[in-house]
Amino acid sequence: MSVITIPEGMPQYVEKPRLDVEAIRADFPILSRTINGHPMVYLDSGNTSQKPRQVVEAMVDHYFHHNANVSRAIYTLGSEATEAYEGARATVAEFIGAPRADEIVFTKNSTEAINLVAHAFSGTAADPRFRLGPGDEIVISEMEHHSNLVPWQLLCERTGATLKWFGVTDQGRLDESNLDELVTERTKIVSLVHYSNILGTINATSRITKRAKEVGALVLLDCSQSVPHLPFDVVDYGVDFIAFTGHKMLGPTGIGVLWGRYELLEAMPPFLGGGSMVETVTMPRTTYAPPPARFEAGTPPIAEAVGLAAAVRYLQGVGMEAIQWHEKELTAYALDALATVPGLHVFGPTVPVGRGGTISFSLAADDGTPIHPHDVGQVLDSLGVQVRVGHHCARPTCVRFGVAAMTRASFYLYTTTGEVDALVRGLAQVRKVFA
Amino acid sequence: MQLDQLYQEIILDHYKRPLGRGLRDPYEAETHHVNPTCGDEITLRVHADDGKIADVSWEGQGCSISQASASILHELLTGTSVGDALKVHETFVELMQSKGQIEPDESVLGDAVAFAGVAKYPARVKCALLSWMAFKDALARAGAMEVPS
Ligand SMILES: Cc1ncc(COP(=O)(O)O)c(C=O)c1O
Repeated sequence: MSVITIPEGMPQYVEKPRLDVEAIRADFPILSRTINGHPMVYLDSGNTSQKPRQVVEAMVDHYFHHNANVSRAIYTLGSEATEAYEGARATVAEFIGAPRADEIVFTKNSTEAINLVAHAFSGTAADPRFRLGPGDEIVISEMEHHSNLVPWQLLCERTGATLKWFGVTDQGRLDESNLDELVTERTKIVSLVHYSNILGTINATSRITKRAKEVGALVLLDCSQSVPHLPFDVVDYGVDFIAFTGHKMLGPTGIGVLWGRYELLEAMPPFLGGGSMVETVTMPRTTYAPPPARFEAGTPPIAEAVGLAAAVRYLQGVGMEAIQWHEKELTAYALDALATVPGLHVFGPTVPVGRGGTISFSLAADDGTPIHPHDVGQVLDSLGVQVRVGHHCARPTCVRFGVAAMTRASFYLYTTTGEVDALVRGLAQVRKVFA
Repeated sequence: MQLDQLYQEIILDHYKRPLGRGLRDPYEAETHHVNPTCGDEITLRVHADDGKIADVSWEGQGCSISQASASILHELLTGTSVGDALKVHETFVELMQSKGQIEPDESVLGDAVAFAGVAKYPARVKCALLSWMAFKDALARAGAMEVPS
């Protein structure tokens, strides 16, 4: 195993908080099921995480004892539901270090959160920071999830603005070498993935946020993969918006979060129109509620917010730093273990630094013929090992590395080294079938 | 699950030694189909002559199932009449959509009976059908389907 030596006098590795993986696994009933006669090995948490009992029970308790619509009922149940919903907002705000709870906008998922920000930009926006037209530029990267790519392409089509992007190095790192040419006075927003769902890369953001500030551009960080896996504080990162999604952080599907600096949210026009997002409505026109209500038209995901808050409390109970270190150790272990598999090539950083526990790779047979990820995934499934195969909603990244698809294993707080071993044994079996 | 039901010898053989691969002239129509969920691609050309499928040539990138399926399509349909090819096509599509409930007819489907196992894996049915859909599309574009059988 790779040994990371920390200089004396620095905080030592052993001083890092740890977690008890077996105790954690006991909270996730699904982890004890079998698949095709084998103990299930779930290595697709980057896609969606499993849910602990505590989250599901919180949602059941809400439905069984406190269910009502929010913000529009004066009776007891209605205020209990409203309290639970607004309480979830406060819990999420505290989790990411947001100065105010009303900086948290609940959305359907990350995708909707990013689209919401993209829709604030137009040729006629009242606030010049959101005014966008020909000659203006938006900067993303070549390692974006389609959710942080397509909304910006659509925005460019609507407004005539130009889309630009950071490249990716052969090692799977963000190529910042042309930062100053890329992010300029013409840039209105830099929207960047924090932790790549395909390469596992965790991008360093400080140079980029500094440059964006210099030129007056806004910064959105797609934290779909980072907020679930490491300690995150919006003030420390100095960004303007972040987006993340409940189902990747032990919470339910159907809820995501947009965090934005309040002053910016206030300057943004509504996204969807409907109930709950209004101040005064007359037949010809409407005035809009202040954020976050302005962006939460219609009945929101109430039980999902309750579930998300329970997920956050669960993560806080274990400790985000402990989770980060657990995954760092696992990643070091897995990179070493995968290096022993003949014909295996890792896309993205091959050292457990500046990367998380999401590892994509290709596999070849003894004669060098590539084994298609579909076939890899199918044989692994027959052994109970659940991995994702395909382009991982990041097709341009696959193209960058010259492949149509990759196989990806991704870890979380409940993943064990034994599961990494099962993956490695499974890959040997794949190579046997396709020898 | 029984992995060898899916990866039958015949399928693996066609995958390792694909038939009809490489795009050839002459042809009347060429189609390009992709499976958007996994990025698999196929380019397929049809050459129809005198009511017969004179050649099916193809080039593709994909999993063993999609590649073997294209190879078997070439083997089965080259040299047959357009009418017969459409019949085989229909039988194959029906088999793939059967969720494993149909006993395949070897006299019609030849090596393609090996795909009966694939029909039980909903996630892989699209892989098996990729080249077959490209073929039907190409045949239509070539205007060959109107040829009296
Ligand atoms: C980096 C990244 N961004 C955005 C998303 C989109 O998340 P959701 O589908 O929940 O909107 C994902 C999830 O796959 C992701 O990994």
